[in-house]
Amino acid sequence: MTAISDTPKAGFRLSMLIYDTRYRSMTIQIIALIGVLTAFGWIINNTAQNLDDLGMKLGFSFLQEPSSYDINQRLLDYDSRDSHLRASFLGVLNTLVVAVLGCITATIVGVFVGVLRLSNNWIVAKLMAFYVEGFRNVPVLLWIVLSMTIFIETLPQPRDFRGDPPAASMVLNDSVAFTNRGFYIPEPLFSNSLGNVHLFGESSLRFDISLDLMAFLVALIGGILAARFVKRRADHIQETTGVRPVTWWQRLLLIVVPVAIVFYALGLYLGYPALKGFNFQGGIYARNSLIALWLALSLYTAAFIAETVRGGILAISQGQTEAAAALGIRPNRIMSLVVLPQALRVIIPPLISQYLNLTKNSSLAIAVGYMDITGTLGGITLNQTGRALESLMLLMLIYLIISLSISTVMNWYNNSVSLKER
Amino acid sequence: MTDIGYVRTEMLPEQDAPSSAVGVVHWIRVNLFSGWFNSILTILAIYFVASLLYGVLPWVFKSSWTAHSLNECRESIVAQYGEGATGACWAVIRERYLQLLYGFYPSELYWRVNLAFVGLLVAIAPVLFAGIPRKVLWFSAASPFAIFWLLWGGTIWLPLSVVAGFVLGYVAYVLVSKPAGSLAGTIAAFLVPVLWWLLLAAPVASGLQSIIPLASESVESARFGGFMLSVTIGVTGIALSLPIGIVLALGRQSDLWIVKTICVGFIEFIRGVPLITLLFVASTLLNIFLPPGTTFDIILRVMIMVTLFSSAYMAEVVRGGLAALPRGQYEAADSLGLDYWKAQRLIIMPQALKISIPAIVGNFIGLFKDTTLVSIIGLLDPIGLSTSIRANQEWNGIIWELYGFIALMFFIVCFSMGRYAMYLERKLKTGH
Amino acid sequence: MKKSVFIGALTVAGLAAGMASAGTVDDIKAKGFLQCGVSTGLVGFAAPDANGNWDGFDVSICRAVAAAVLGDPQAVKFTPTTGKTRFTALASGEVDLLARNTTWTFSRDVDLKFTFVGVNYYDGQGFMVPKELGVASAKDLDGATVCIQTGTTTELNLADFFRSNNISYEPVPIETNAEAQQQYLAGACDVYTTDASGLAATRATFEAPDDHTLLPEIISKEPLGPLVRHGDDQWADTVRWTLNALITAEELGVTSANLAEMSKGTNNPEINRLLGTEGDLGAMLGLDKDWAQRALAGGNYGEIFERNIGESTAIGLARGLNGQWTAGGLIYSPPFR
Repeated sequence: MTAISDTPKAGFRLSMLIYDTRYRSMTIQIIALIGVLTAFGWIINNTAQNLDDLGMKLGFSFLQEPSSYDINQRLLDYDSRDSHLRASFLGVLNTLVVAVLGCITATIVGVFVGVLRLSNNWIVAKLMAFYVEGFRNVPVLLWIVLSMTIFIETLPQPRDFRGDPPAASMVLNDSVAFTNRGFYIPEPLFSNSLGNVHLFGESSLRFDISLDLMAFLVALIGGILAARFVKRRADHIQETTGVRPVTWWQRLLLIVVPVAIVFYALGLYLGYPALKGFNFQGGIYARNSLIALWLALSLYTAAFIAETVRGGILAISQGQTEAAAALGIRPNRIMSLVVLPQALRVIIPPLISQYLNLTKNSSLAIAVGYMDITGTLGGITLNQTGRALESLMLLMLIYLIISLSISTVMNWYNNSVSLKER
Repeated sequence: MTDIGYVRTEMLPEQDAPSSAVGVVHWIRVNLFSGWFNSILTILAIYFVASLLYGVLPWVFKSSWTAHSLNECRESIVAQYGEGATGACWAVIRERYLQLLYGFYPSELYWRVNLAFVGLLVAIAPVLFAGIPRKVLWFSAASPFAIFWLLWGGTIWLPLSVVAGFVLGYVAYVLVSKPAGSLAGTIAAFLVPVLWWLLLAAPVASGLQSIIPLASESVESARFGGFMLSVTIGVTGIALSLPIGIVLALGRQSDLWIVKTICVGFIEFIRGVPLITLLFVASTLLNIFLPPGTTFDIILRVMIMVTLFSSAYMAEVVRGGLAALPRGQYEAADSLGLDYWKAQRLIIMPQALKISIPAIVGNFIGLFKDTTLVSIIGLLDPIGLSTSIRANQEWNGIIWELYGFIALMFFIVCFSMGRYAMYLERKLKTGH
Repeated sequence: MKKSVFIGALTVAGLAAGMASAGTVDDIKAKGFLQCGVSTGLVGFAAPDANGNWDGFDVSICRAVAAAVLGDPQAVKFTPTTGKTRFTALASGEVDLLARNTTWTFSRDVDLKFTFVGVNYYDGQGFMVPKELGVASAKDLDGATVCIQTGTTTELNLADFFRSNNISYEPVPIETNAEAQQQYLAGACDVYTTDASGLAATRATFEAPDDHTLLPEIISKEPLGPLVRHGDDQWADTVRWTLNALITAEELGVTSANLAEMSKGTNNPEINRLLGTEGDLGAMLGLDKDWAQRALAGGNYGEIFERNIGESTAIGLARGLNGQWTAGGLIYSPPFR
C-alpha cells in the first residue's frame, strides 16, 4: 500500500503527520500504540485500586504454602504437605500426559476412519460417516461427561471381583483388571534395580529419573541406530549391485538382543495387580477420569482429523492413483505408498490446529475430576487460596507456553515434509 | 451375395443382465462383499450395529412418558413391562423440555423469544441465501436492536438511543468530512457516537421514557437459560466478533509494524489459551479489571469474553478469505486510485467475506458447541440445567435421558448448519 | 451489528456504578430486589423447580431478608454460584448476600474479607459407606477411594484426617452432588464424604437408603451460614438480625400460623419487641416496625427447617445440633432488646 510520492524539499509541517503518506503510517501506529498502552494502563490501574479496596496484595508467595489437598493420578511423589507449586507442576505433567496420549490416539483413529470413510464397502463407509457426524456435532464437554458416565455405569466395581463366584473377573490370565475406577495393568519391576537419580533436591520441581528406564532407552535407541546402519548398508549394496541382501533378521536381532540383555541384567519381572482391601493394589493404574477424558478427547478430535484426512486424500488427483495402479501396485499399497505421503502435506497444517484444540480441550478435565493444571492450579488451589488473579495469570501463561511449543514443533515438522519448491 | 445364411436378420430380444450383476444381489456383492477383507469388515460392522441397537432400542422404547418422578417412572415401567424391566424415563423431558429450551424465561413471554428467533432467521437470510431481495438487509441492520429489546425488554428508548448513536456518527462524518477531510471525518464519526453512548444515551433514554413511556416487561439475564442461552451467547459472540475480527485480520495483514504486532499478539494469545480459562476470567476477574464499583451481570461478562475469544478465530477466517483473493484484485483496486479504506470497502471485503461465509458458519458451530462450557462456571445452559434438574428431589439420579436429549438437540442444530455450510461451499466453488 | 447489547451493558454498568456508592440496604431498596447467591442445585438447600422458582433452606433465608427489607419475599433474584465463583460473586458486588451452605472459617472471614452473620446450620463432615463393605469406623478406610466435592473445606479436612491417622486413601474430586451420588452408587468410590446434612439428604434419595450407613466419625466442624461483604455493617446487621428473628421466633413460639394474632400484642414483651408492637427495633436497623413480621410470614427457623430438610421431608434430617438451645441444640439467638 505504499504510494509513490515525490519528496518535496519543503520543511516539516504538522499537517504532514496526517496528509503525508510517509508520516501517516507512523502517526497511525503511534496512535494505536498509545491507545493500547492506555487501555492496559487503565486495566492495571483499576485492578490495583480494586485489589486495594479488597485489601488484597498481589504476590505469588502462596505457591510455597502447603497445598493441603491430595492428587489421585500423578506421575511423581506428592502428598498434601507439598506446596501449591508442586501440585501445579504435577497438574502440568497430567495435562501433558493426556494431551500426548490423546494426540497419538486421535491421529491413529482419525487416519483410520478417514481412509475407511472412502472405502468402497457401503456399510463401513456409512458407519464411519455416522461416527464422524455424530462426534463432530455434539459438544466435547458432553462427550467427556458421557464417556465418564458410560465408564462408571457399565464396568464392574472392585467389589464385584470378590465373592463366589465373583460377578466379574480379571482378564488375560489374571493380569489385567477393568474396573469402573480405572484400569490396572501389570507393571515392569526390576530385582537388580539401578535406583533413581533425584533431580532438584527437595524443591517443588523435584523429580526422579529411573536409571532402569534410562538403561532400557539407551539399549533401545542404540539398537535402532545400529539397525538403521545395517539398512543403509543394505541400501548401498542394492544401489551398487542391484541385489538386496536379506537383513531383516539382523535388524530385528540388533533391536531385540540389547534390550533383552538389559532386562535380564536388571532382573525384569512383572508386578501384577491384586485385589487387596478396597481396591486393587500393584500394577500400573490408570484412573477412570484419565481414560474417559482420553477416550472422549481422542474420539472427538479423531472425527475432525478423519475429515482432514479424507479431504487430503481427495485432494490428490485421481491420476496418481491410476498411475500407481498401472504400475501394478496393490490398492492398499497405493494408499500407503502413493496417496498418503502426498496427502500428508495437505493434512499437516489442519492437523496442527487439531492437536492444539485437543490440548486446550483437555482443560475440560475439570468436568470429570482429572487433576490436570486446570484442576490443580485453576481449580483447587484457586478455590482454597482465593488468589484468582495470580492463579489465572499463571494458568494462561502455562497454556500459552504449551500451545506455542506444540505449534513450533509441528510447524518445524511441516516445513521438513513440505514440498521443496526450487 | 444376398443369401448369406449365417447373418442374423432380426435382433435378438434384449436379455436381462445376469442376476448377479443387477439389483440387490449385485449391489450387495459390489458394495459389501467384494473381497474377503471387505466381507469381514461388513460382518463386523453389521454385528456392531446390531449389538448396539439391541442394547439401546429396548431401553429407548420401554419407556415412561407420564410419571412425575424417577421412582414413579421406574414403577410404571415395571408395571407395564414386567419385573426387572428397565427403560428410559422420558417423562423428565416432557416435564422439563420448556425449561431446557427457555431456561427460566417467564413462560407468558416465550413468544418474545420465539419472535426474536424468527427475526434472527429473517435477518440472516439475505446473507445466507442469494435469492432474497436486498431490501431485507435494512431489516437485518435493524434486527440486533429489535432482538435485544425483545429478549431483555425494558424501555424501547434505550435501543433507539443506541441506534441514534450510529445516526449521529453518520451525520458527524458528513458534516466534518466536507470541510476538514475524510480522516477528520472518520475520527469525528468515531468520537461522536462514543461520547453520545457514554455520556448522553442513558439519560436521554430515561428522559424520553419518562415523557413517553414505551416499555415492555423487562427480563433480567439471570433468567436466561437452556438452549436459548446457548443461542444467545453464540449468536452475540459471532455477530460482535465479525467487525472485531475484520479489523484484526486487516491489522495482521498490514505493513504497519506496531499495529501488526498488537494484532498478532492478541490473536495468538487468545488462540493459545483454552476458552475455559477465559470464562474463569469472566467469572472471577473481569469485575476486578473494571473501575471500582462496576458490576456486570455474569451473562454479559461471559458474552464479552466469548466475543473476544471468537474474534481471534474470526480474524483467522477473514485472513483466509483475504488470502484467497487473487492478487489482481488488490492491484486493480490500487490502479483505480482507490485509497486503502475505499478499496477494502468496495473491492476486497465484499469478496473476501463472501468466500469466508462457510468458514464463519463453521466457526459458529464451534462456538455454539463451546457455549456448553459456561456450565462449568455455574450458568444454567442445557448441561448446567441437567445438573439442576438432577438436584431436584423428584429427578435425583436421572442421567441418560437428559444427556441424550441435549446431545440430540445439539446434533440437529450443528448437523444442519454444517450441511448448509457444505452446500454453500459447493455453490461458491461452481462460481469459478 | 449487535453492538447494542454491549452498549446496553455499558450503560447498565454505568448506572450500577453510580448506585454502588450508597449503602447496600439503600441499593437494594432502590433497585427493588435482593440479589442472592445460592448453590447451583443441592437437594433441600437450593434447587429450582420446573417453573424456575427457587426453593430450599438457604433460599428461605434470602426470602426472609427480602421480605424484611423490601416487604416482598419474592423480590429476590438468585445467582447460582459454584464453589469457585461464590466468593468472587460476593466480593465483586454481584450478589448482596451469599446463602450457599458456606463454612465459617478464619481465613474466609479475615483474609477474604467477608462477614459471616451467623450460623443457620451446624454441620460436620461425615462419611457414608455401603453396608456391605462392613466398615464400622472411618479409621478402617485405609486404601479406600473417597468421593469429595471439590472447592469446599471438606477436601482439606479429608486430607488432614487421613494424614493424622496415618492411613492412605484415593480422592475422587467431583464438582456437584449429583455426580458424586452417581459415582458412589455405581461403586466408583467406596466412600462419599461431605457435610453430614448433605449425606443424609443424598441418602434419602437413594432407591434403597437402608443399604448405606453413615459412619460415626464427624471429622470437622462446619458451621454453615449466610455471609456478606466486609465494610457495610448496617447491611450485615440487617441480615444477622433477620436470621436471629427467625430463630428467636421459634424459641418464643411465634409461627407463621399465629403471627397475625401475636402481632396484635401479647403479654410477652420480647415477642412484642420482636414483632414491633413495642419499642422500635426496626428503626434502629433503618427499617420499619413490621420488618420481623414480614420476615416471619414464611415461617420461623423451625418451620423453614421442617419444610425443607426436616424429618417430614424426603431428606429427613433430625434437628440434633440444630435444635433450639432450650432443647439441647446449638441454635441460639442473642436477645431482642
